[in-house]
Amino acid sequence: MSDLSWLVPLPVVLPLTGAGLALALWRHARAQRVITLVALSLSLVASCLLLVQADAGPLTVDVGGWSAPVGISLVADRLSALMLAISSAVTLCVLVYSLAQGVADGDIETPVAIYHPSYLVLAAGIAIAFLAGDLFNLYVGFEVLLAASYVLITLTGTAERIRSGTIYIVVALLSSVIFLFAIGLAYSATGTVNMAQLALRLPEINPGVALALQLLLLLAFGIKAAIFPLSAWLPDSYPTAPAPVTAVFAGLLTKVGVYAIIRTQTLLFPGGRADDLLMWAALATMVVGVLGAVAQNDIKRLLSFTLVSHIGFMIFGIALSSEAGMAAAIFYVVHHITVQTTLFLVAGLLERRGGTTSLDQLGGLAKIAPFLAVLFFVPAMNLAGIPPFSGFLGKVGLLQAGAAVGTPLAYTLIAGGVVTSLLTLYALIKAWNKAFWQSAPAPVPARHLPRGMVGSAAALAVLGVSLTVVAGPLYSYTERAAHDLHGRTVYIEAVLPAGGRGSGISDDVATTDAGEVTP
Amino acid sequence: MSHDMTPNLVLVVVIGVLVAVGVYLLLERSLSRVLIGIILIGNGVNLSFLVAGGAAGGAPIVGTTPIDEMSDPLPQAMVLTAIVITLGMTAFLLALAYRSWQLHRHDEVQDDVEDHRIARLAALDEPSFADVDTLDTTTDLEREAAEARDETQAIPVGPAGRRAGPA
Repeated sequence: MSDLSWLVPLPVVLPLTGAGLALALWRHARAQRVITLVALSLSLVASCLLLVQADAGPLTVDVGGWSAPVGISLVADRLSALMLAISSAVTLCVLVYSLAQGVADGDIETPVAIYHPSYLVLAAGIAIAFLAGDLFNLYVGFEVLLAASYVLITLTGTAERIRSGTIYIVVALLSSVIFLFAIGLAYSATGTVNMAQLALRLPEINPGVALALQLLLLLAFGIKAAIFPLSAWLPDSYPTAPAPVTAVFAGLLTKVGVYAIIRTQTLLFPGGRADDLLMWAALATMVVGVLGAVAQNDIKRLLSFTLVSHIGFMIFGIALSSEAGMAAAIFYVVHHITVQTTLFLVAGLLERRGGTTSLDQLGGLAKIAPFLAVLFFVPAMNLAGIPPFSGFLGKVGLLQAGAAVGTPLAYTLIAGGVVTSLLTLYALIKAWNKAFWQSAPAPVPARHLPRGMVGSAAALAVLGVSLTVVAGPLYSYTERAAHDLHGRTVYIEAVLPAGGRGSGISDDVATTDAGEVTP
Repeated sequence: MSHDMTPNLVLVVVIGVLVAVGVYLLLERSLSRVLIGIILIGNGVNLSFLVAGGAAGGAPIVGTTPIDEMSDPLPQAMVLTAIVITLGMTAFLLALAYRSWQLHRHDEVQDDVEDHRIARLAALDEPSFADVDTLDTTTDLEREAAEARDETQAIPVGPAGRRAGPA
């Protein structure tokens, strides 16, 4: 399928080009909006085509014609393509929401000029991270998306955003430095940063060094994915940003960390030496996160804590080191991206309608905004894992995979997962009850909700529900993806075909042997 | 490897010192010290790429140096990228520290207010949220019972002078 490999860089190139254009046209708000919309729509189309194509086999591009172990390779296998497609769909929906919000707030002529370029750079960074075929470009992808996220989280520079943004930025910088250090060590130990070649060379080096690398990478990605005890920064940082920004962060940024964990753990470190550690981390993430959610009385903070908590489910699936566990984890990632984003968008609507996100002050909204009540209720139930929603299917898959592994620790995690689901249900029902059902402590001012905001939130909610409808094909897709990840050869063969070299033109320089350069 | 891969001890010690001092500064409250800490750790990590490339050799340009004596160019390319990224992030953090100073006249990293609030409520053993519909503590059970309509009043009294229903 290499004839279609020109599709691979598009999800990166389109938003980046758009970002440049939007930055150049910073005085023209209308043009910025059109550019952003077009760039993200096109990259959604490209991602969907990739999703179809990657099912036949991974597509690779050696950037600039430099063959793989030397040059930069971009790889779209089943996992990458699936993540790309779902993230493009989510970024587009959130964009429409933020456009409608901007229009409703009357800032058509005077928007924050940096919003659209940053948003596009964020989308490009996410795409680079998903497509990167080597550790260093994974790092670059992370930095690109983080740089954009720093701008977005401190947008307009109010005191509250600066306060929470500071913590977010310092923590993110620290995790990037740890990641960079791990890359340096990996290069010292193996002479390569190409992930396919690393997969071949890591078994040959000292297992102690390999374990150190694995743990360093887990530490770096664990901070980004907000795994307990590295998650304390998240519930403090996210809620202060504007609703669309929080929504896209909650949906995607932590999942990029989860994706990086899946990629490195399966490809570079098979055999599951860190599985017990990951399982304990997953258990603690699930339980501590959801206990945090129960204690909150601000709906955005409550949702941030459920976000942390549900990362634990994905880590559980990864830690099982089985195909079934991985398939369920990938399915859960897809489900969670849509649902968590929807919930944050609805929280934004709620804030707009009720004037606050504090559950102490909200109330009685079911009567005056019944559609909003439904719009919150459906993804909330989806997140809690009520049948027949996709959250239920993902959780059942995870629990079954856990039972199939059958160790006492796995059963402990199953119990932890069930308790977490119940507590999630409790926290969300409490929130729904207080915001929509019980009487309001003070009368709610009548405010109009823009149709575009409600529409895009509803579209995402429908996308979340439709994951249930297409759960069969989607689940078999994630099973195939998990099979590829588990087998490893598909990925390695795609990047380094027979002869151990990519398809570039630099044949006279690249060699197959350990970092050696032949004359 | 074609040439000596033993790490350079001086570089390793410098990396250790930079990272150690950086971590110490990172634990400070003041954002400008945190910033210096990040810069030091970043430089330490960037130096680690030089170690990763092995011993220094000639310029890695085909035709000027025999291939066996070249430095490894790849870590240098990577460290250059990393330096640019660190520079950008440093600039942003500096702007952030300045903004924080503008707003508060200090650049200390502040605590999470909400965490404080919940911790205080937990110390007082109070619920973290209030339920409006059941908040009215004056309606205790007895008063509520007194206000409620008593259905048994409506039941007719039987011929034996006793209530027909259970007492």
